[in-house]
Amino acid sequence: MNSSVITFPGSNCDRDMDVALKKFGFKNKMVWHNDIELPKSDLVVLPGGFSYGDYLRCGSMASKSKIMKSVINFAKSGGKVMGICNGFQILVETGLLPGVLLRNKYLEFICKNVFVKINNKDNSYFKNIKKDTLELHIAHNEGNYFCSNEQIKEINDNNQIALYYSDKDGKVSEDNNPNGSIKNIASVFNKEKNVLGMMPHPERMIDPALSGEDGSIFFKNLINNLK
Amino acid sequence: MTVNEQVAIDHGLKKDEYKKICDLLERIPNITELGIFSAMWNEHCSYKSSKLHLKNLPTKGKNVIQGPGENAGVIDIGDDDAIVFKIESHNHPSFIEPYQGAATGVGGIMRDVFTMGARPIANLNSIHFGSPQHKKTKNLLRGVVCGIGGYGNCMGIPTIAGQTSFDESYNGNILVNAMTLGLVKKNKIFYSKAAGLGKPVIYVGSKTGRDGIHGASMASAVFDEKIEEKKPTVQVGDPFTEKLLLEACLELMEGDSIIAIQDMGAAGLTSSSIEMASKGKLGIEFNLNKVPCREAKMTPYEIMLSESQERMLIVLENGKEDLAKKIFDKWNLDFAVIGKTTDSKKIELYFDNSKVADIPIDTLVQNSPMYDRKWKKSKLPKKIKIKKEDFKNLKIVNVLNKILSNPNICSKEWIWEQYDHTVMGDTIQKPGGDSGVVRIHGSNKAVAASVDSSAVYCWAHPLSGGKQIVCESWRNLISVGAQPIAITNCLNFGSPENEENMGEFVECVHGLGEASKYLDFPVVSGNVSFYNQTKDVGIKPTPTIGGVGLIKNYKNVITMGLKKTNNIIIVVGKTEGHLDQSIFARDILNQKNGPPPEINLFNEKNNGETILKLIEKNYVKSAHDVSLGGIITSLAKMCIKGKKGASIKKPKYLINIFEYFFGEDQGRYIIEIEKIDFKNVTEILEKNSVHYDELGIVNKNELIIDDKSKVTIDELIKSHTNWLTNYMNK
Repeated sequence: MNSSVITFPGSNCDRDMDVALKKFGFKNKMVWHNDIELPKSDLVVLPGGFSYGDYLRCGSMASKSKIMKSVINFAKSGGKVMGICNGFQILVETGLLPGVLLRNKYLEFICKNVFVKINNKDNSYFKNIKKDTLELHIAHNEGNYFCSNEQIKEINDNNQIALYYSDKDGKVSEDNNPNGSIKNIASVFNKEKNVLGMMPHPERMIDPALSGEDGSIFFKNLINNLK
Repeated sequence: MTVNEQVAIDHGLKKDEYKKICDLLERIPNITELGIFSAMWNEHCSYKSSKLHLKNLPTKGKNVIQGPGENAGVIDIGDDDAIVFKIESHNHPSFIEPYQGAATGVGGIMRDVFTMGARPIANLNSIHFGSPQHKKTKNLLRGVVCGIGGYGNCMGIPTIAGQTSFDESYNGNILVNAMTLGLVKKNKIFYSKAAGLGKPVIYVGSKTGRDGIHGASMASAVFDEKIEEKKPTVQVGDPFTEKLLLEACLELMEGDSIIAIQDMGAAGLTSSSIEMASKGKLGIEFNLNKVPCREAKMTPYEIMLSESQERMLIVLENGKEDLAKKIFDKWNLDFAVIGKTTDSKKIELYFDNSKVADIPIDTLVQNSPMYDRKWKKSKLPKKIKIKKEDFKNLKIVNVLNKILSNPNICSKEWIWEQYDHTVMGDTIQKPGGDSGVVRIHGSNKAVAASVDSSAVYCWAHPLSGGKQIVCESWRNLISVGAQPIAITNCLNFGSPENEENMGEFVECVHGLGEASKYLDFPVVSGNVSFYNQTKDVGIKPTPTIGGVGLIKNYKNVITMGLKKTNNIIIVVGKTEGHLDQSIFARDILNQKNGPPPEINLFNEKNNGETILKLIEKNYVKSAHDVSLGGIITSLAKMCIKGKKGASIKKPKYLINIFEYFFGEDQGRYIIEIEKIDFKNVTEILEKNSVHYDELGIVNKNELIIDDKSKVTIDELIKSHTNWLTNYMNK
């Protein structure tokens, strides 16, 4: 399986993503934001970080960078595109994903482990994951997912919500909403489910010596589903 | 502007210093030259009050590659890997403008590290605020934490450990000390010594603006009521540009284009250029019209003294300009050849086709003032006599809960959850442990790092306090299973012109030198911050130690949380029940006098090395050093982290139960071992003449003391976690 990780100026989880993808068997290439052509890929990843310093609006400038034209075309032709954290913010700015990501409710950066409940397993990202909740890690300042009432209805009806913040047993409530996201949403798909944006970082949870190992479940499963 | 004595005094120079400048130059300096002298001769850059005493610190050791005098210290960690590290203060600016002050402190220290070719792999910080009741404390704390996070998070470097304290002596002068560790291959370390004639000197990074002019001079003066007016001296940080600068510099460093490189930190272009020329015994010549400026009509004086951030000065090999420019263009950074190295041994500046400064480098560096300031020796205070009835109405569980929620003991999760501590995917021990631990990427090795200071001990008796912090740093590294290697220090004191403050400095430095020599724990880098003083009131002496150690296999890292029911808990090291200057004496008995605990360096070393032996043999399941709050506080933290309880009994010493459990004697650790290993462990301890007490066993969820006093772990967790969050959200 071939993957590509895009590096924007200010990306800082690009190496971590490269390590994770390779660990689980992807042949990964790093792609510079100023390139025009995407290498042949089964998966394109927009990594976390502070692309363009998060100036103007998180993800806004990166969404207009040269390589994004190819990424958008790739996504529109059904290619798998995954944006983590800042990558999610970029995807929202391109319009490939619905909604916006606002500043966290308490206006503070949050770095900690959270539990997420998988809402939709009928897609290449979460199909065959046995667990219903995963323990993942968040590290963001703008992860407060928001969209209009009509949009919420639409993404609900289309089964576009991928993950909810929850407790370890999968109970979704305000008590385990770390950033104020509407309906505890941590991750969404596009309508076709080939584009995924998520605030949690699975790439930081791929080793028992680190904060946890549920990221390994995610990546192992992902490569098998794409084969 | 015509220069005269008054102008010099307005620049922070003393009368006799101005006279010395005129004598050295054999003329009156012009305003640009005076600015350059004032920047190089202030306390912050020249170390004029401290260097006489710093000379005595031990700086060599078998693992030391580079000691003090470069941008940062460097130690060998085997396999051609080296760790570059340093701690630095950004106290004065952080009080004036907490967000930018703290942010640029973090930015500055990271630049010091990557200037040497090392990719930063971990940040730490030690921050100290006034009394929680003081009206400024909450906003300062919020601003500083936000600033540290804002910069470090954006750079993508994990913040892995830190220290926060509150004391009324910081009401008018907070402390913000930032430390960075970087990783480099031994043969790819870059230094700041210029070499060769006619080599191009290039300027890269951000443009120069009018921010931070006289920042270093501001940091070399006492605060007064006009402090708000000093805001323009605080630099403004841009972590995004720094991230680009980091990547661009490391990319250029892969080749062999660079002869010398120096970041523009305190005193900007002035000190960076002069340091490079001075170390290379060369001259340097600039055309200041070539310096990329952010604002129109900047004068040579402003260009030379600006402390705009995210800038580097590089001496290149001839003919490498195009190659270098290409890299900086790729990263969208300014690049300009602004001058060259010369054999004049002078700094010569040109602007609008005329020479605007012409100063022999020697006069700025070798001839800079050095003072043997007067200082007062402090006496060891008499021990306080605590009467039996003082303990009478105290219940141990209530005291413990109170101590766990003390601002200086309580959990600092509210702070470190705002720092990205897991980016880079190698954080093995996150904040909240004895030391932070990061894995060396792609290997089995890991480095541990800790920051410590004990202002109360240093204030009560500077010599003992100085020794104590080095020992505490050593213990924090050992507690996670790391072999301590070297330290960096950040020496925060009041005015050196005050004999008592100067005495505190001299004796703290003496104490820390003695301990680091004995423990073979040399000082490889550091920084001095004097004038942490508002009018006549200085801070408590606060030397901060950043310690670094090596763990051969990250899988053997020891954490403090208790692991398994029925395991045995042992206190290693002798308890005498020293309560003077303890949290217990100060907060519970309201007794603020007396000497700090005594340091026995022999025991310290012996106990620590024996613990490492036990860890190596895999006997230790969890460990924690005993520090503030004594045995019971340390054990409570082990219970909290492991969500397990403990049933313990005070050994049959003749001392009182409060003295035993809350005394702050030094050189002690608590370890958890399996029952079957008890005989082997105690044999090793006995063979090495290490005193130990068998304290009790791990249980499910209660702390039970002498069968009588009980408290659930949930209650302890509540006491420990809630104070800071409640305080900040009130």
